[in-house]
Amino acid sequence: MTRLDSKIPSGPLESKWDRHRFSEKLVSPTNKRKLTIIVVGTGLAGASAASTLGQLGYHVECFCFHDSARRAHSIAAQGGINAAKNYQDDGDSVGRLFYDTIKGGDFRSREANVYRLAQVSTQIIDQCVALGIPFAREYGGQLANRSFGGVQVSRTFYCRGQTGQQLLLGAYSALCWQIERGQVTMHPRTELLDLILVDGQARGIVARDLVTGRISAHTAHAVVLATGGYSNVYYLSTNASGCNVTATYRAWKHGAAFANPCFTQIHPTAIPPGGAHQAKLTLMSESLRNDGRLWVPRVPSDQRSPGDIPAADRDYFLERRYPRFGNLAPRDIASRAVKVACDEGHGVGPGGQGVYLDFSDVIEQQGLEVVRERYGNLFDMYHRITGEDAYQVPMRIYPAPHYTMGGLWVDYNLMSTIPGLFVIGEANFADHGANRLGASSLMQGLADGYFILPYTIGHYLATARLLPLLDDHAEAREATRLVATRINRLLAVKGRRTAAMFHRELGALLWNHCGMSRHEGGLTSALRSIPKLREEFWRDVMVPGAGDAFNQELEYAGRVADYLEFAELLCHDALHRQESCGAHFREEYQTEDGEPRRDDAHFAYVAAWEYRDRAEPVLHKEPLAFEFVPPTMRSYQ
Amino acid sequence: MTAHVMKFTLKIWRQSGPNERGRFVTYEAQDVSPGMSFLEMLDGVNQRLLGTGEEPVAFEQDCREGICGSCSLVINGIPHGPDQGITTCQLYMRRFSDGAHITIEPWRAKAFPILKDLVVDRSALDRIMQAGGYVSVNTGGAVDGNVLLIGKDQAETAMDAASCIGCGACVAACKNASAMLFVAAKVSHLSTLPQGRPERARRVTAMLEAMDREGFGSCGNQYECEAVCPKNISTRFIAVLNREYLRAGIVESGRPSEPESPHAESS
Repeated sequence: MTRLDSKIPSGPLESKWDRHRFSEKLVSPTNKRKLTIIVVGTGLAGASAASTLGQLGYHVECFCFHDSARRAHSIAAQGGINAAKNYQDDGDSVGRLFYDTIKGGDFRSREANVYRLAQVSTQIIDQCVALGIPFAREYGGQLANRSFGGVQVSRTFYCRGQTGQQLLLGAYSALCWQIERGQVTMHPRTELLDLILVDGQARGIVARDLVTGRISAHTAHAVVLATGGYSNVYYLSTNASGCNVTATYRAWKHGAAFANPCFTQIHPTAIPPGGAHQAKLTLMSESLRNDGRLWVPRVPSDQRSPGDIPAADRDYFLERRYPRFGNLAPRDIASRAVKVACDEGHGVGPGGQGVYLDFSDVIEQQGLEVVRERYGNLFDMYHRITGEDAYQVPMRIYPAPHYTMGGLWVDYNLMSTIPGLFVIGEANFADHGANRLGASSLMQGLADGYFILPYTIGHYLATARLLPLLDDHAEAREATRLVATRINRLLAVKGRRTAAMFHRELGALLWNHCGMSRHEGGLTSALRSIPKLREEFWRDVMVPGAGDAFNQELEYAGRVADYLEFAELLCHDALHRQESCGAHFREEYQTEDGEPRRDDAHFAYVAAWEYRDRAEPVLHKEPLAFEFVPPTMRSYQ
Repeated sequence: MTAHVMKFTLKIWRQSGPNERGRFVTYEAQDVSPGMSFLEMLDGVNQRLLGTGEEPVAFEQDCREGICGSCSLVINGIPHGPDQGITTCQLYMRRFSDGAHITIEPWRAKAFPILKDLVVDRSALDRIMQAGGYVSVNTGGAVDGNVLLIGKDQAETAMDAASCIGCGACVAACKNASAMLFVAAKVSHLSTLPQGRPERARRVTAMLEAMDREGFGSCGNQYECEAVCPKNISTRFIAVLNREYLRAGIVESGRPSEPESPHAESS
């Protein structure tokens, strides 16, 4: 039976983390050497955690499925990383970053966690500078900042449009140092396929070597999952193709509660899908909305080319609906407005899935060169993908799944409901509530990995009773056997349809019924369709080749199999949450003018789901108390 | 939005394992639209191969937006294909004329053994990084970020070098299979910034030694690397690298006869 104890320290918000750190037990340097920690994933959270734990003296076994730790998907983050440095002297503070994040998350996150995140944000920047990350600078040599959506201060640090890349390469270089020192053993091209529990504690993983296909058990004193989010459950998303839910989903099946899976962020500005061949959606930076204006033709199915449609026949729908924020409305609001426009038949481009993002006004007012300087690389990228010149004709954009706020439930120490299983970065549910603000995911990944987990895991290791364990322990052998059996089952189906076909079908189903807007009928029908699709998968999937060899199709089929189970959990959560908040929009719960209606009286809690074998998941509630910021309705009108 | 459909003849390198003999196999790519990416075109070929029970062509890819550095195809003899400044995943089929013959090979270099078909093992680049591609600072205790003033030009130069995505195209393009541009990018990034200065001598020495150890060749000044680099990293960083190496030999004590191990615990 799952028990949710968030372990939030009592007392004033400002000193919770300091007092908690002091009360935590430490592991002595000699004892650290005797302890092994497994870290799965090498994105910002995983690489920063593995390197810091290695530096502290633990032995770390680090795993990633890429050929190199440097390729994890954090690398693709464009915009920047927030920190409450107040370098611009524009009134920023830890308190303000805390408040913006709580409000941006639509009051569905924990105050204590978010406050701690805002506190350590300043240390992250210092650490990254020390590692040699080439942040943008002013002429005088000081660090530069830019503004980002949903806030009124300038607190975002950046490296051109490649901030994620530079932060990840920094964490990766720290990891390289610890690998060279022998503190971290790196296992690239190795994928977690299951968790090993001994006496109810997480004590290891079963992993498959993706080159040889060899399945082996790895045991340790604690396990850290830094395995990212699950946007790819929708098939088409802005995530890299390898991103998957397998690690967190397997942990869920072993008893780790999964929190708020229905909080999935849909980013408003991606290039629309172009056809059935499409493998991923490309994000166009949020910064474009600073100068671009979103519009659709006023008359549905207007076939005129955009230049021939006079101003009177255009609907600048964000400016009309949200005059105060206009084109810079937050992500969840903007995405939904685009969807409404398209659903009402105003969409443009193939299948009517797109709206114009038009730069002609800014080009006319400030000149082509200004626009080229500001957004040239994005216009080039758009041109390469669509073949269209956005200086001449407006861009077409459409929302795309981008980030998942939901994840494994963790307490204040970032430990899941399985003792010894820690979860960091996008893989946990902790800090973003029902909607994440821009430039906050990099902040959270590094906060968890550099500054929070390395402390809290020490207390666990110092206080838990941990028996010595070998890789051939009975539980490890049994877990390995089960993984091998599952792989053989996949190979034995020898059906007629490819894993991609099932994935595409699942994605379409979820996008239609559990995407940007949801309603009871759609969710119940999805819950009826998913098990059928899953049965078909296990009856008719085609996986060629062998298990004991390099086999990309086998890797992919295993991930799709987990998505086919996880999708049900996602829909269960969306169905149960009978309110609209943040990225979760239930059509039944909206105001007359189509704005979301949040229900704090009944839903101000974290929904943590417990796995039950062959039965519906069981809901546990962690009530969210707002001691310091009273919840208000978000309004952008 | 053009509905026209294109067709291509592909000559693809197939090799079942590192120690097996490889060969070119010809495939037809049908129903290709100009808006498809090169990798989506290959996805289509693989889906059809799966339909016939044949094993799909193995190739690497992940982010499909030109930043992770996974994709690595030599297309018609050129790493990342005919266009400059992009990765394979950013190449679109409208770039090719209908009916064209396209040859697709893996990166070819002694230090990059082929694992399967178009997939090579690039872990040699990671080992070069482990030899010294970092600033040895512990987590915690860093001074305020604005204590170090770094001029805008200096920061921009460091960023130019730091944009390297570690794909290895520079190696694949070089007839000596040299990794000089890769090493130069990392060495220049860190030696341009004050944070990287204390370790600059042992870093450049250790990384170059690791490069030699891994079986990469030396630079022949032909600049093929720069021509194919998806991030347009300039060969002038190779000049910086050479200068750093020379400097390490002259200025720093302990070089060149007895390089200090960059990985020893400071004691």
